[in-house]
Amino acid sequence: MDKREKAIEIKNLYVSLNGHLILRDINLDIAQGDFLGIIGPNGGGKSTLLKTILGLIKPDYGSIKILGKGIKKGRHYIGYVPQYAQFDRDFPISVEEVVLQGRLGKRKIIRYSKADLAKVEEILTQLEIDNLYKRQIGELSGGERQRVLVARALASNPKILLLDEPTASTDERFSADFYDLLNILNQTITIVLVSHDISAISTYVKNIACLNHDLFQQGGRDISAELINELYNCPVDLIAHGIPHRVLEAHNGVVNYARNTKL
Amino acid sequence: MLEILSYDFMKNALLAGILVSIACGVVGTYVVVKGISFISGSISHAAYGGIGLGYYLGINPMLGATIFTVLSALGMGIVSHKTKQKEDTIIGMMWAVGMALGIIFIKLSPGYTADLMSYLFGSILTVPVGDLWLMLLLDLIIVLIVLLFYESFKLVAFDEEYAETLGLNTLALNLLLLFLIALTVVVMIRAVGIILVIALLTIPAAIARQLSKRLPLMMVLATLLGIVFAIVGLLLSYLWDLPSGATIILCAAGGFIISSLITSNKKTNIPMVSGEVIRK
Repeated sequence: MDKREKAIEIKNLYVSLNGHLILRDINLDIAQGDFLGIIGPNGGGKSTLLKTILGLIKPDYGSIKILGKGIKKGRHYIGYVPQYAQFDRDFPISVEEVVLQGRLGKRKIIRYSKADLAKVEEILTQLEIDNLYKRQIGELSGGERQRVLVARALASNPKILLLDEPTASTDERFSADFYDLLNILNQTITIVLVSHDISAISTYVKNIACLNHDLFQQGGRDISAELINELYNCPVDLIAHGIPHRVLEAHNGVVNYARNTKL
Repeated sequence: MLEILSYDFMKNALLAGILVSIACGVVGTYVVVKGISFISGSISHAAYGGIGLGYYLGINPMLGATIFTVLSALGMGIVSHKTKQKEDTIIGMMWAVGMALGIIFIKLSPGYTADLMSYLFGSILTVPVGDLWLMLLLDLIIVLIVLLFYESFKLVAFDEEYAETLGLNTLALNLLLLFLIALTVVVMIRAVGIILVIALLTIPAAIARQLSKRLPLMMVLATLLGIVFAIVGLLLSYLWDLPSGATIILCAAGGFIISSLITSNKKTNIPMVSGEVIRK
């Protein structure tokens, strides 16, 4: 595969849900090996963008290429880590069974092969959760469950990892460990991560893009005050509710404004 | 007590109970973990419309029920796939419309027609041998399909969105599952009735879920529980001269209450146990 091929290439993308325009003229090139953090307020279209890349939502207009291929073929290169809040924690399923699901896509499977089981064991060991593999998923902590979902995504040998708010409901110590893990994975895999937690993202990723219906990207991981201004300008209530105000110490003006507005 | 087994109709009734429990245990496990009891209830009540249509057109009512039920099951599957929000309302409407159609068709049909009660609660004590073979065949089909699609069904039940990103045809898998529910309902109706099918589809699986942390174990447990409820229900209905279908349902409900009390007790026991440890 051509190394210069873009991991993900999005051109003039428009997406609407229930008649509301969620994404407006998105253009985004993600190079192979990148670690891109996409930030933005809740309701700004972050999850929608990921789901459109995965083919779960059909765009109104525009094109998406994954390693040069269309979505249907290209998404086999992607490992997807959804927000874990959406799961039924009482579902009668073990950690091992969840991670094995990552092996289902490539071919029709009636029973998993020895190779599938070996791959899962290897990944669980790599993520240091091999001691949990017979546990039912409801018995795990939030951080452990997040690792299980990453393990499942890795089980399909992806070239790109898409993560949706991976640290949304975990404590800070877990978040730091988790980002360390992602940095190691990033040595071989392109990572795209969506979050509203700017402070966490900005220390670990290589590039940042900001999404609030429109997409802004400057290159690098510094977020300028102007960009934040542009991003959160009008819907100040969004920043107040969506973004913890402890973040963005460097951009006091904006954040204080948000905090004051909230009160 | 055991003299009741000397009656052929009792033997057939027990066999019917076992065969129904296998189908309901396996399919019911998916119904419960996917949370589609309401769709299943709607599918089985739509069957009543098919029975009525069969009488009205002068064809075999079970043939009418099969076609009608399978079509309405697939219809509901497509509706719930297309619309995420109004699914509940539409399924509720189909539930009532199916019943209403059945009642009107049966009223309009010429000559003798069966009464509503026998299709709602069935007549497990008068199951003909031919029906037992049909139920056995259905059980085999269900078990075979579930063995073939076990992993895909499990993934779609657990995380449908992720299944779609892997390229699985989630719509087809969901429709296949609804098709299995429709088959279960149709073949079981004459023996045990619409209401007993829903009861055996949901209650044993709901108890099994409280007791087990794995899907296959849940299916086996749900089947065994269904068999126990059928046997106990039949015995009690024989001893006290009660309607058999309704008695089986109440036995199952009693089982659910007992299991809920036991499993919720387990949780409250944890602090007591640790308290003892501290005292030592």
